[in-house]
Amino acid sequence: MNRRSLLIPLGVFGVLVLVLAVGFTLKDPHLLPSQMINKPFPAFTLKSLENPNRTLTEADIKGKVSLVNVWATWCANCVIENPELLRIRRETDLPIYGINYNDDPAEAIKWLAHYKSPYDFNIVDHDGRLGIDLGVYGAPETFLVDANGVIRLRHVGIVSREDFEDKFLPAIRSLTQEGAGS
Amino acid sequence: MKFGKMKSHRRNRLLLVLLAIAGTGTAVGLVLMALNKNINLFYAPAEIVAGNAPVGETIRAGGMVVNGSVKRGKDLDVSFVISDLKSSEVTVRYSGILPDLFREGQGVIARGVLRDDGVFVADEVLAKHDEKYMPPEVADVLADAHKDKPQAGKTL
Amino acid sequence: MIAELGHFCLILALGLAACLAIIPALGVRLGNESWMRLSASLPIGLFLFVGMSFACLASAFLTDDFSVAYVARNSNTLLPVYYKFSALWGAHEGSFLLWSLIMAGWTLAVSLFSGALTLDMRARVLSVMGVLSFGFILFLLATSDPFERSLPIYPSEGRDLNPLLQDFGLIVHPPMLYMGYVGLSVPFSFAIATLLSGRLDSAWARWSRPWTNVAWSFLTIGITLGSWWAYYELGWGGWWFWDAVENASFMPWLIGTALIHSLAATEKRGVFKSWTVLLAIFAFSFSMLGAFLVRSGVLTSVHAFAVDPERGLFILAFLTIVVGSSLTLYAVKAAGIKSVAGFDFSSREMFLLANNVLLVVATATVLLGTLSPLAYEALTDGRKISVGPPYFNAVFVPIALLLFAWMALSPATTWRRTPWARLWKRQVPILIGSAIVATALVWLLASFEFVAIFVVTICLWIVAGLLLDVARALGNKRDRIAAFFRMPLSMYGMWLAHLGIAVSVLGIVTTIYFSEEKDVRLEEGMVVEMAGYAFAFEGVTQGRGPNYLSDVGKVRVTRDGKDVVTLFPEKRRYMSGGSVMTEAAIDPSPFRDLYVALGESVDNGAWAVRVHYKPLVRWIWWGGILVAFGGFLTVADKRYRAIRVKRAMAVGAPA
Repeated sequence: MNRRSLLIPLGVFGVLVLVLAVGFTLKDPHLLPSQMINKPFPAFTLKSLENPNRTLTEADIKGKVSLVNVWATWCANCVIENPELLRIRRETDLPIYGINYNDDPAEAIKWLAHYKSPYDFNIVDHDGRLGIDLGVYGAPETFLVDANGVIRLRHVGIVSREDFEDKFLPAIRSLTQEGAGS
Repeated sequence: MKFGKMKSHRRNRLLLVLLAIAGTGTAVGLVLMALNKNINLFYAPAEIVAGNAPVGETIRAGGMVVNGSVKRGKDLDVSFVISDLKSSEVTVRYSGILPDLFREGQGVIARGVLRDDGVFVADEVLAKHDEKYMPPEVADVLADAHKDKPQAGKTL
Repeated sequence: MIAELGHFCLILALGLAACLAIIPALGVRLGNESWMRLSASLPIGLFLFVGMSFACLASAFLTDDFSVAYVARNSNTLLPVYYKFSALWGAHEGSFLLWSLIMAGWTLAVSLFSGALTLDMRARVLSVMGVLSFGFILFLLATSDPFERSLPIYPSEGRDLNPLLQDFGLIVHPPMLYMGYVGLSVPFSFAIATLLSGRLDSAWARWSRPWTNVAWSFLTIGITLGSWWAYYELGWGGWWFWDAVENASFMPWLIGTALIHSLAATEKRGVFKSWTVLLAIFAFSFSMLGAFLVRSGVLTSVHAFAVDPERGLFILAFLTIVVGSSLTLYAVKAAGIKSVAGFDFSSREMFLLANNVLLVVATATVLLGTLSPLAYEALTDGRKISVGPPYFNAVFVPIALLLFAWMALSPATTWRRTPWARLWKRQVPILIGSAIVATALVWLLASFEFVAIFVVTICLWIVAGLLLDVARALGNKRDRIAAFFRMPLSMYGMWLAHLGIAVSVLGIVTTIYFSEEKDVRLEEGMVVEMAGYAFAFEGVTQGRGPNYLSDVGKVRVTRDGKDVVTLFPEKRRYMSGGSVMTEAAIDPSPFRDLYVALGESVDNGAWAVRVHYKPLVRWIWWGGILVAFGGFLTVADKRYRAIRVKRAMAVGAPA
């Protein structure tokens, strides 16, 4: 066999890697655009989970720097994230608003009773429309929203203690200073 | 003796190469033909409504199942509406058993044929086994339909 | 503390793997014998520490330690204890720990059973395996640590194992599959070591053969179990879906099959050396490609693990380094390989080569079908396509049929030269006989279906050819019974494996052509008739399992008024996850399966029910088991047991 034909397998493999690499970068959910950053929280008019007679709108999450957490009962990682949210609730005065995403409200109420609720209130996003407006890919996802209702941070996946302290806290501090300064 | 061996060697190699070429040629032809016929393109509800999807060909369509749209017919006939939650809705007809995770308000993908009256007749309905993520095609449909996020198309 | 211990063991194992990767190889380079000898002891430590790490994770599962995030995600106090254990490999992190453990196991096995290898060869082989172990363990530690804690506050209850995986088939399927995937690293390492040493004789083929056969047999079992599981657990009676993940396991199997045959030719006749080396590289490359496809989320599949880009990137990089450098090495070194023996156009060598070409082409078509959605999307800026079973049926099936026909003919050939005339004189009568029997069988028992008759003919041809082969092998022996038992086991292995394929194909073709299937709306008291059986629906009651609630249907099956069986298909709703699962009820028997699955409740007490009649479906998996058994049998051959005696040969073999 001559030398050049021995390079064929390598060439074929090169093409394969190229396809895989391109396909891979296309599929990466973490490369999702975060155009929502520094945009106002999308408008919505949805029911409250805790009080079905109450209608919530984007105005309800304005006023204070807050966390908005997208969760669902079908989401395994939400169970894991829950204790950290409870800790934030306990140890800070940061309001946490939940978006119960693509879920069955009755199940969600049971879930909250079982695992304890870290939320000030929950927005029922039954058909996932708000989640889509937010560009949510799955749950959990957490947004940091400033007092004017502008999204400042987006976190995909579980918020761990490190995430909160290294990513959220500095942002929150600078936001509150901004608020105090102005 | 030695010469004879060389000769049979060379003849073997020639036959081998011919065999390989013939085999590869047939295979490539077969693959291209099969790919050409059996690729099922995905169309978003907006494309179907706009008339950009071919009628009478097997394609796939996907979107969110609109709440309250699932209607049972006789036997196992069922119809439901899929939507990009923006402006476009397509009625899907199906006969058979829906997957376990088929639910209103969930993303689904249907494979089937578009009729010229705009109804999509599905022979297969897929919902993901894992509820955590919606089918990526559906996620794209919803992201694309959303005009506030012009960049969303890039993440396909 | 257990989780930290496990993590620590894994770090130590990483260090040992690094030593194994570097020191013996450096010893070869510098001619330092004591460094080379470390290749015998390092694998023991490696296996020990990965094993301890594995045991730590297992104990975290068995003690419901939900402070370990991975345990919390995949287990639950309500889970029966055997599922708690198997939940260990129910998701990405744990299953890759299992993968690494198996890698360490194969490394240890090679170091234990390679006494007859020259010291430098053994050092090279184990160093290559050390590199692989290092990569896998680094992957675990860097991107998928199963021991991560969610402290200080952790959930009091776990989320539960995916109900699809709460099943016996899934306890054994991944370990078997990984034994196969990872086992293919052994012939790979032998091939790389051979290329490095520049001694491309046929000794390496003799060494690789038993290892390849064992790995390939495990892979066969893994795939068979996967297909069986999909049949009864995914709920809809299919046994193969051409799903990306299935394809990921099928491709290394196909290449492995080619490798087994080409190794035979290389060992026995010293031909196709460079081709065999290439196949050995490819077989393991496809294993790693499979791991990438399954774990990176580039392809959508029902089986895929949750998407994590970091992981995908790591595997892709590792794959590129390992396979890229192997193929570069091949391009540089393989030019020196010369096949010594000549052979005729009509010879067993040629038949094996054609078999190889067909298998490789078949693999390429599967690969193309699997990756074309990806390529299409990349080329068209995000236009999505799917390539479904019709593509694979149109492309793969004709190639497979050609391969079967070839399989019937090949065992009748002889090395070096097989006169065509003699081959035809023997085979044509068998072929005609098989065709007549097949036509009669299919026509009488079912209906005149041309393709089915064609395939059954080939199956019978294969079996008849095998019997003739056995008869011929015994023909000129005086004491035939004694001779039957004294035949080399590798012959039996080959016969059994080929027989297994015929059995499997017979099952496949019968299931495809003569199955009956109906989706019906049934109210209590309604009856469906199918294939002579009457399925009477007697309503749905509520049931309850350890961690789920269920709707249980009752279907009484009768034939000619006589009771056959009562089936209880279920629709389960798991309490912790809320997911819904279809649990089909199956009445298995050697010649047919009756299969009933509960769809959804349609309206006022009526249910959607799927009823199947599947003839010979079980043969598909029995065949797979036979194939694997045949593969294992070849290893027990005394040729390999006597391998130590041949040590002198291996050492003295010319470069």
